[in-house]
Amino acid sequence: MSRRRYGLLFALIMAMFVSPPIVGAGPVSGYAFLDESTQAMQDDEFENPGMMTVERGAELFHELREAEEYRCADCHGEDGAKLDPEAIARYPVFDPNLGGLVTLQKRLNYCWEIHLDRFPLMPGDRELTALETFVRHRARGVPVNIRTDGEMAPLLTEGEVLYNTRFGQLGMSCRHCHLQHQGQMLRGQRLSQGQSNGFPEYRLGSGRITSLQQRIGECFVSFRAEPFEPGSRELDLLELYVGSRGNGLPIETPAVRF
Amino acid sequence: MLGRSLKRAVMAIGVMVVLPSASAGPPVGDGFCTWEATGFAIEQPLCGLQGDPERGRALAADQNGGNCLACHRLPIPEESFHGTVGPPLDGVGARYTAGQIRLRIVDEQQVNPFSIMPGFYRDPMLGNRVADDYWGKTMLDAQQVEDLVAYLVNLK
Repeated sequence: MSRRRYGLLFALIMAMFVSPPIVGAGPVSGYAFLDESTQAMQDDEFENPGMMTVERGAELFHELREAEEYRCADCHGEDGAKLDPEAIARYPVFDPNLGGLVTLQKRLNYCWEIHLDRFPLMPGDRELTALETFVRHRARGVPVNIRTDGEMAPLLTEGEVLYNTRFGQLGMSCRHCHLQHQGQMLRGQRLSQGQSNGFPEYRLGSGRITSLQQRIGECFVSFRAEPFEPGSRELDLLELYVGSRGNGLPIETPAVRF
Repeated sequence: MLGRSLKRAVMAIGVMVVLPSASAGPPVGDGFCTWEATGFAIEQPLCGLQGDPERGRALAADQNGGNCLACHRLPIPEESFHGTVGPPLDGVGARYTAGQIRLRIVDEQQVNPFSIMPGFYRDPMLGNRVADDYWGKTMLDAQQVEDLVAYLVNLK
């Protein structure tokens, strides 16, 4: 073997270890993968169809039901003025008092059940998603800031394993599209990094607001796998891991996507 | 109680007797033909079938067929969107033999374990959390794989 060939072999082997699989460094919001008109639609509060859901969430937030003592707004301020946007950007959080990993939907549902004394909503329920959309919208522009150390570290490892696990008849994992092949075209669609900073998001295809866990369910259906239930441990772990990949990205809720 | 456990035991023995014969020669079960890869190729056509390049070309573009275009560029100019996830397949017949192409369609992950490409005719018992409607089935049937091989090997 000539010296030149050894050089090539050496370069190849080094490339395997040195070059990261990601093109460009750092997280990129799905916003960057949109065409300009869709970006403009998201940016305009009147054009953005997701704002309807923010308003629906606001209604629920201020609603005093018959024979009830409290509204969300009684504790958290009119229009959620007392909600801390920095705290919203930290979800999912680890709270031992609430059984460990708590997504924002779960946190809202605890409040709904314990403080408002209502029947808890089903995970993925439209009202719960509307409330989540309203609350997250309060933190628009705040960088995602999910904790990754302490008790979160082993949970993130579990989430990462799920992220890298092949599922379904197609035998694909999240990683394949959103890490290995991000930026490539799947027929007419550009594969994004699969970041979650815009969720719940308005989908132009279905005309619906969609929570992150519902969106992951759609991916499972498309690779012909049995989806996990919204609110399941698996989806909570994926929500945590996917969210932490996007630490530093500004919250865009409600984002507009295809 | 005893009756039920006896029934289970008989069934278990039945399964044990059936299973080894299922891994023997083609075709078995729901028509899945076992195949063997040697030297990164499957030399024998699946189930001994003959492929048709015209049908293969149609399958490559069909979203409910092979849907090769989702990820690969192909010389099919009437379709406007060709994916870029996988390598372009123009001239693939000049680079690979029929047997090498067959293995890459059947189970690309035997060539590259990190590949995103689904195995279109891999052992259907290997799936993880496959939806009920697709459980135990291959993505394409043997004839479809052979049609695609016949089409692709002629792209020179």
